[in-house]
Amino acid sequence: MGPWDKDRAEAIIAAASDVEGAALPILHALKEEFGFIPEEAVPLVAARLNLSRAELHGIVTFYHDFRRAAPGRHTLKLCRAEACQSMGADALAAQACERLEIGWGDTSADGRVTLEPVFCLGLCACAPAAMLDGKVVGALDPAKLGALLDRATQP
Amino acid sequence: MTTPRIFLPRDAGALALGSDEVEQALIAAERRRGIRLEIVRTGSRGLFWLEPMIEVATPQGRVAYGPVTAADIEPLFEAGFLEGGPHPLRLGPPEEIPFLKRQTRLTFARCGIVDRLSTSDYRAHGGWRGLERARSLGPAATIAEVTKSGLRGRGGAGFPTGIKWRTTADARAPQKYIVCNADEGDSGTYADRMIMEGDPFSLIEGMMIAGFAVGATKGFVYIRSEYPHAIEILGRAIDIARREKILGSAGEAPFDLDIRVGAGAYVCGEETAMLDSLEGKRGQVRAKPPLPAHKGLFGRPTVINNVISLTTVPAILADGADAYRDLGLGRSRGTMPIQLAGNVKYGGLFEAAFGLTLGELVDDIGGGTATGRPVRAVQVGGPLGAYFPRALFDTPFDYEAFTAKNGLIGHGGVVVFDDTVDLARQARFAMEFCSIESCGKCTPCRIGSTRGVEVIDKIIKGERRADNAALLADLCDTMKFGSLCALGGFVPYPVMSALTYFPEDFGLARKAA
Repeated sequence: MGPWDKDRAEAIIAAASDVEGAALPILHALKEEFGFIPEEAVPLVAARLNLSRAELHGIVTFYHDFRRAAPGRHTLKLCRAEACQSMGADALAAQACERLEIGWGDTSADGRVTLEPVFCLGLCACAPAAMLDGKVVGALDPAKLGALLDRATQP
Repeated sequence: MTTPRIFLPRDAGALALGSDEVEQALIAAERRRGIRLEIVRTGSRGLFWLEPMIEVATPQGRVAYGPVTAADIEPLFEAGFLEGGPHPLRLGPPEEIPFLKRQTRLTFARCGIVDRLSTSDYRAHGGWRGLERARSLGPAATIAEVTKSGLRGRGGAGFPTGIKWRTTADARAPQKYIVCNADEGDSGTYADRMIMEGDPFSLIEGMMIAGFAVGATKGFVYIRSEYPHAIEILGRAIDIARREKILGSAGEAPFDLDIRVGAGAYVCGEETAMLDSLEGKRGQVRAKPPLPAHKGLFGRPTVINNVISLTTVPAILADGADAYRDLGLGRSRGTMPIQLAGNVKYGGLFEAAFGLTLGELVDDIGGGTATGRPVRAVQVGGPLGAYFPRALFDTPFDYEAFTAKNGLIGHGGVVVFDDTVDLARQARFAMEFCSIESCGKCTPCRIGSTRGVEVIDKIIKGERRADNAALLADLCDTMKFGSLCALGGFVPYPVMSALTYFPEDFGLARKAA
């Protein structure tokens, strides 16, 4: 994840726009590069796709993935859907919020961890499940979650 | 001496339970012991309480061990596991494990067994036979075969696949598309994920057959972003298939396909919202007609099928429609990969002919709850499926039987809850989820779900409970009949089933039977 760079953004947009229905591929590529969808990128994408800024804003804000604020160094996603609920996900969610002193979608004050809800990772037979920076973890319990949080909050 | 072969699942479920660490331990043991191992990366057999479950090839067949942790590897070597030696984790031949032995695996015949990225292993286990038979039959007879099999859409709607294909085949257009719906967003379901990670060529073959049958040369697989492993494995499988000239613009029946990644919107699992999303728009539901079969992706005739529908097609073509149709119950023909999930002792994928009762699935096959407490409720069919009490456990797993009980089988997810569940909270969650995920196009869903949360909150707080329960029932009626798609239309199922079967959780008296 790098800081905002207009040339870099232009190059990413150009590279990803060569397909039919390019909006999502472009936005995914920008998120991959910057960690979120920087506001500065919106007019560039809109121009490329021949859409108004309002239309592109509508697309960006429709999808949960396209966060519009920079995430922390680590992103912890906790599954909040029914199968995980049946195995105590709500209590784990409370544990994470309390430990990080943040709510859903927020980043801890030290910038280390962003906590995001996810509605199903497809790990429903080994619930509760989480994903830390793309690494999946199943059969979570308070101790395992505590260890994950320890790892994520390390300086 | 030949190199010992070890089969190691790298399905996301196995990874979540530590299969990467097991792999590292195996590699370390290789070095330490100065031996060579052939580690074959497979998908999962779907017995998640035994994952990571590794298998070793012995002259007597495969022998399974599980659940294995990295710390077990050295003791396993000492026990002679490469020769199938005895050890507390030894499970014996995997096919003899009762959970597997009782299944009828057609769609998942190869999953967890084959080297998932080898086209030759795929062929050695029966792959490509369906495509070859389709080509020898011709498009019309291929569609007739799929129709005859009785296959219905496994995404949840249960629409006959053959009829969908016929409609698209009959449409005349310079370009047609096959879209695979891999936006498996329902909690409790993971069959699409497992097969894309464990047997990706079956999806490629299924889409090629569909393309051949209806005259489409281009396919898209819309996979949700929550499935990075499936995206990676299917992507690699597509690359391999292109390299081996299985996919591509050359040849007698050119067909190519691309993956598109979703962006966290549940409603994009609805087929018309998916089309809008693929076109680069907000994933909003379209009014039907026109049907996607006539005017779908980019306005062209489009077949939209779920992953499991498509991955079942090769098996149907390979072994004939009759063999498939002979399985099942009533109008639900063939097999269904049922996914046991949540608070269940033996959680995993159970592919069986339609007709098992819910009780058999939960108590007998699933072994009750993981916590050991009594089963109180089971949600079948994802967040829009009904909560069934034990009193309905005699319901057979069948599209029509569940509809008759005001429920749905959906994509085959079964989420088990023990007696600590609060159904008023679950009902509230269903409405809240709908309010978060509503695409906003129609009023009953967009506004109704928000009002629904408010009304349930009032009931929970004890405000004029009976009146508000009546209001909630009325609201659910409006949503059920007034919503444009199944999101708003089906959210009344979990809400009303919770209210009807578990009124005490809402502080309401149970109605006399």
